[in-house]
Amino acid sequence: MTTADTHKDAGMTKDIIIYVCLLALAGIQFIIAYQDITAYQMFQRMMMVAIVEAGLALFFFMHLSDNRGLRWFVIIFTVAVIFGMQYGWPDSNRLINGVPWAH
Amino acid sequence: MSQADLSIHGQVSRSEATEIMTAPTFSVPAKKMAMWLFIIADSATFAGCLVAYGFIRNATPNWPRPFHGIGNVALMTFILLTSSLTMLVAVRAAQAADKAKAFLWMMITAGAGILFAILHIREWMRMIDEGATLFHNPWGTPLFSSLFFSITGLHLLHVTGGVVALIAVAIRYQGGRYNADDLEITGLYWHFVDLVWMFVVPLIYLLNLSH
Repeated sequence: MTTADTHKDAGMTKDIIIYVCLLALAGIQFIIAYQDITAYQMFQRMMMVAIVEAGLALFFFMHLSDNRGLRWFVIIFTVAVIFGMQYGWPDSNRLINGVPWAH
Repeated sequence: MSQADLSIHGQVSRSEATEIMTAPTFSVPAKKMAMWLFIIADSATFAGCLVAYGFIRNATPNWPRPFHGIGNVALMTFILLTSSLTMLVAVRAAQAADKAKAFLWMMITAGAGILFAILHIREWMRMIDEGATLFHNPWGTPLFSSLFFSITGLHLLHVTGGVVALIAVAIRYQGGRYNADDLEITGLYWHFVDLVWMFVVPLIYLLNLSH
């Protein structure tokens, strides 16, 4: 077996490990869906698992871990935009709790 | 002083400056960088849709929970995740200059995408049979159906586009017009479609599961 073949096999093994991890994490999300908890707790737990899943896919399947500059460029822009979208939550909570016709 | 001798701060020659200015950003080839920029923009589109969904779901009392089982969505998730792995196999085969293997695995990935789309449409047909349309559903607020069909429809559109791209790139790669880099760039898009599904499943399906 040549060095290139060894590298190729090592790369494929890593991909399969990440794939199994992603399947397991997706399975955890389905288990959380059947837990006897509030919708808010369910949302929090599922989002935490989804973020880990997304991180694995980005870093290993999309090889973002190979390029430091690109990694920070993608993370900073995407996270900044997504955080910027969260401004609506106080109004969403006001609609359900704070207005006279709430509940 | 000639044009060629011009320097920036007396340290960098004109040719060196030109080299710096034309060097690929983050050492990423232009085509790949374009795909990353598209992915950043598209993730903002999906994030916008999902945040709007969260806003409305949070502000609407008695939000419907019409999903009774997870079988179909679990199968769809398994197929999409597996298609990401088959895409990686195709890219590695292309990088090893194994054209036949790369083409085969690209087609398997496209096949998985088609299977996912069929299951997705089956899910839609079941919902439509139960009386759900874009502006109405029998479970309460019509906003549920609007958001369900809009967000899953946008994702399905991306899967369909991805399948077309996979087949087109595979055929061109087979014909020698595209190389391993082009397969890798298509792979980036396919993994992104998979990544979005990781957020669509818990938010749209699992949080609306009836117990």
